[in-house]
Amino acid sequence: MVPVSDDARPVVEVTGATVRFLAETALDGVDFRMFPGEVHSLMGENGAGKSTLIKGLTGALRLDAGDIVLDGEPVHFGSPADAQRAGIRTVYQEIDLLPNLSVAENILLGREPRRWGAIDWKAMRREAAAVLGELGLDVDPASTLSSHSLAIQQLIAIARAISADVKVLVLDEPTSSLDLDEVAELFRVIRELKERGVAILFVSHFLDQVYEICDRVTVLRGGKLVGEYLTRELLRIDLVQKMLGRSADELVVRPRSEPVESGEEAMLDVRGLGRGRLEGVDLVLAEGEVLGLAGLLGSGRTEVARLLTGIDRPDDGTIALDGVVISPRNPRRAIGYGLTYSSENRRTEGIIGELTVRENITLALQAQRGIFRRMRHSRQKELAASWIEALGIRPSSTEQLAGTLSGGNQQKVLLARLLALAPRILVLDEPTRGIDIGAKVEVQRLVGELADNGMSVVFISAELEEVLRVSSRITLLRDGRAVATLQSDALTVDSLLAMIAQPDDGE
Amino acid sequence: MKRILKNRLFWPVLALVALIVINTIARPSFISITVQGGQLYGPLIDILRNSAPLMLVALGMTIVIATRGIDLSVGAVMAVSGAVALTIIEGSSDPNGLGTVLVAIVVGVLVALVLGVWNGFLVAVVGIQPIIATLVLMLAGRGIALLITGGFITTINSEPYKFMAQGYVLGLPFALYVSMAAVVVVALLERRTALGVLTEAVGINPEASRLAGVRSRGIIWGAYAASGLLAGLAGILYSSNIMAADANAAGLYIELDAILAVVLGGTSLMGGKFSLAGTVVGVFTIQTLKSTITFLGVPPAVSPLFLAIVVVIVVLVQSPRLRSVLARASQALRPRNSSPQGGSEVAS
Amino acid sequence: MTGIPVTVERASASGALRRFFSRRASWIPVLAALAILIVMFIGAQAYFGNFLTPRVISSLLLDNAYLLILAVGMTFVILTGGIDLSVGAVMAFTGMLGASLLRDGLPVGVVVPVMLLIGAAMGLAVGIMVQYFDVQPFIASLAAMFAARGLAFMVSLSSIRVEDPAILWLQSTRIQAAPGSWFITPTGILAILVVIVGALLLAYTRFGRTIYAIGGNEQSARLMGLPVVRTKLLAYVVSGVCAGLAGVVFTAYTGASYPLNGIGTELDTIAAVVIGGTLLTGGSGYVLGSMIGVLVYGSIKTVISFLGAEQSWTRITIGALLLLFVVVQRIIVARSSRR
Repeated sequence: MVPVSDDARPVVEVTGATVRFLAETALDGVDFRMFPGEVHSLMGENGAGKSTLIKGLTGALRLDAGDIVLDGEPVHFGSPADAQRAGIRTVYQEIDLLPNLSVAENILLGREPRRWGAIDWKAMRREAAAVLGELGLDVDPASTLSSHSLAIQQLIAIARAISADVKVLVLDEPTSSLDLDEVAELFRVIRELKERGVAILFVSHFLDQVYEICDRVTVLRGGKLVGEYLTRELLRIDLVQKMLGRSADELVVRPRSEPVESGEEAMLDVRGLGRGRLEGVDLVLAEGEVLGLAGLLGSGRTEVARLLTGIDRPDDGTIALDGVVISPRNPRRAIGYGLTYSSENRRTEGIIGELTVRENITLALQAQRGIFRRMRHSRQKELAASWIEALGIRPSSTEQLAGTLSGGNQQKVLLARLLALAPRILVLDEPTRGIDIGAKVEVQRLVGELADNGMSVVFISAELEEVLRVSSRITLLRDGRAVATLQSDALTVDSLLAMIAQPDDGE
Repeated sequence: MKRILKNRLFWPVLALVALIVINTIARPSFISITVQGGQLYGPLIDILRNSAPLMLVALGMTIVIATRGIDLSVGAVMAVSGAVALTIIEGSSDPNGLGTVLVAIVVGVLVALVLGVWNGFLVAVVGIQPIIATLVLMLAGRGIALLITGGFITTINSEPYKFMAQGYVLGLPFALYVSMAAVVVVALLERRTALGVLTEAVGINPEASRLAGVRSRGIIWGAYAASGLLAGLAGILYSSNIMAADANAAGLYIELDAILAVVLGGTSLMGGKFSLAGTVVGVFTIQTLKSTITFLGVPPAVSPLFLAIVVVIVVLVQSPRLRSVLARASQALRPRNSSPQGGSEVAS
Repeated sequence: MTGIPVTVERASASGALRRFFSRRASWIPVLAALAILIVMFIGAQAYFGNFLTPRVISSLLLDNAYLLILAVGMTFVILTGGIDLSVGAVMAFTGMLGASLLRDGLPVGVVVPVMLLIGAAMGLAVGIMVQYFDVQPFIASLAAMFAARGLAFMVSLSSIRVEDPAILWLQSTRIQAAPGSWFITPTGILAILVVIVGALLLAYTRFGRTIYAIGGNEQSARLMGLPVVRTKLLAYVVSGVCAGLAGVVFTAYTGASYPLNGIGTELDTIAAVVIGGTLLTGGSGYVLGSMIGVLVYGSIKTVISFLGAEQSWTRITIGALLLLFVVVQRIIVARSSRR
């Protein structure tokens, strides 16, 4: 353990935290502590016990063994409300506010100011405006929450969390749907809170952000504590190694084959694609090539992917496949052309949770064959089993319900569904989001292999480093326009960042 | 043993068997079947015969519910199809002609199909919530039926039409053949083609299904059309049974009975996985219950009370919370828990 | 890059409009219902010439007081994202029970509270099934509807006359509300009171805001530490009490109780609430809107009787209007989600 340089005592201290689910031990005697005015990161792969520890700390789950001491007092939380009253507040990844109510209510509901027993709306708005002001946010407290962007909603969630007396603020994956500007704004707010002495638990998959904002890191692996470290003293490569429990060399993706050089005819040629904010996007994709789409959230990455694969219909522009203009008017037709899409929203737009892995894998193929050409059960099983084997899906049962798999395995099931179609072009939208590092590397490697075998891939990710590593060329999107297409060998994360951040000259 | 207990059909079948046993103990004649003139009679035969309209409606309801929808308009659709058919027969010069009756039936069922298509259009294309979309027709349908019959209860005399509900073929009621044929056709369509699993996919996650290339819209639309068609057929059977088109009474509350039958059969109202066998059992359970209540000498009007009690019991038995409480209790009683169950069941 | 531009435009007209939309978008369906009501009034007046008379408008409230009370209760339940199909049957059952208790000589001061309590108990039963046993509201309230209908017939298979002067007074008293032949009955006053209490509860109490919160996102409401369980139970209790009160009012209205009273009323109520701008998915809507919905319903009925047409047209028109409303709501929702 790293000696604590601050002389302050921890604001919260968890000792020997143990949680068992039936036969499985999710958390095994973990110690964890946080000091006032620090930003602390909890790191670990999926299944490491991060969310279990957070749930225990925030009262969403009861510890089977272990103690929590808050400000020197032992506490027991029976519900999130208990933890909140004690000053431990949480902002979840999926914003847990009420879209239909006003901003003021979202901040203050539960402790709303009253007069004569009735809610005092004037005071409510005033107080909410004060809290928002503290965070430097200019938002109309009377406006409906749903009239604001996700980023603002996230900040409003933080405003709610700090509106009461808060000692510990837990931010669970707060940045996963924010773009760079919005992350910067969030970090500004976090620093402000830090000044005030709030202990902030910051959970994120993004290493860059962890290193930018966090003072201290606690690493968990397989439900056990690996250690607590000061961020500035811990090398990235060491951190990753501690999370994975294996040497970092294994992480390095094998070198990818040389990109197809010009002269080869473009397989997919997109000209002037537009819809809504998206305007005049040109794309070229060769056979066996991985094309990365880079850009901020809202730059049009996902929109381009959806137009390519018939999820949405373009207002203008043409899509040509092998030199023939096609019109993928709906996903079904797009699949018919060999254009397939894996959505960034795995749960809502990907997996059919209550169907089995077998049914999930064969779904798209069956849909393509039509209702009356049903695949025989044995054929389905065979097909599913072969993909489970090929992609290493765990558990390897064809009859497991897909909803019960981990995020990484669900992603693989989705990939299997698309690959079973023997597509020509795979459009992958954030295929590695929210899955643990091991599975991430596997997915990245798989993309490389597919391309080597002649499949063309459009790869979208918010992690520039990943895009760089996987793609042979990168098309840069900014504000709904494709601003440049470059060989990725010629790029570094920093140069890519610089190009993304470049102000638009508005030509 | 454990597998039987875990089977989705276990509780529905148990309920039905228990009802039959109780009835048989109370009056041994319940299971007796007599032969008169080559035709079978008896309380059980009555149940089979009388359950035909509900069976048709519940089949359609099962498919609609599987798509995460609901069809409240079935009762009103029944009223419309009966009104159409009887008005045609009444207006014809030859009410006893087979041709007239066939035309009446076909037109009645086709009108019902159109109504089902209309529901499907509202849900699948316009995107209105199923409860509301079908509520529209539930409200308006009976009004339309009343307009067709001119506000009166149309009565007719037509032997071929009467045969639909009251005739016998090979010793069994003709209506039973109709409902069984419907069960077989729907089961073949859903389970021998890919329609069933695609319907479940759409019911569980419509957007994911669309992205996977499933024709969600067509499948949902088709489900409502089928429900309309089957309700139309049920309306014909109902009106043939009483030989009258009563726009107010035809199919009254049948949407509720049908939903209950589906739920009793183990299909969740949240859509997705469905069980046609369960629905068949559910229909027989409800019909047996109704006959039990009548036998007990309870005025028919009070029978909803008993239906309510059964619903509450069944729903509570299916409730995850009660189950988990019971499971914990039984685990506490057992000295050591056996190995965790392996493998999940496969849908029928 | 110092911050996200979150500027709210203030002075400009478009800014004011945007401000209205960002604050009050949920009132738009209510305004639409009001517009339809006004158009109907004007149209009917132009066609008949004697529609907008104090007598006709006064009877609108008188004839639909029970529906208005039911609609207020239903609004609470629908706002939580639930539905209560039992209201018509509970109204019939409490009416039957009340009438039979009065016939047996119990004083009205006992009978009316008993009716309200029975309504509350039925609502509570539905709420418990929904909240504690995860039964879908549709099914739970369906069971309650069957139970109440059966119980109503158990009280008596035929109708029971009510001769209690206090009950009859509720209906027969005509209080002059304004110069001319404007009048209001105690049942109408009761209904209006229920609307006011309902509106105040929803707008100014934590209970009311929690109702909206549950309809917005139940999980979030729970995480926010709001009393979700109690509130949801109470929503069904409110609906049950309203059904009991509607039983009193309807008994007074007809002067007798009949076990078949109120068949299909649950649909009329839901239709009125939806026409009044409440989203069936919950979280958005107002009691005042439901009142407008009831008035639209009542006006249609009145227009059809003015026309001398068959009353079956009422249901058809309501169905068509319901359709119009949900299509418009659908378009509004689609628009806002595309933004």
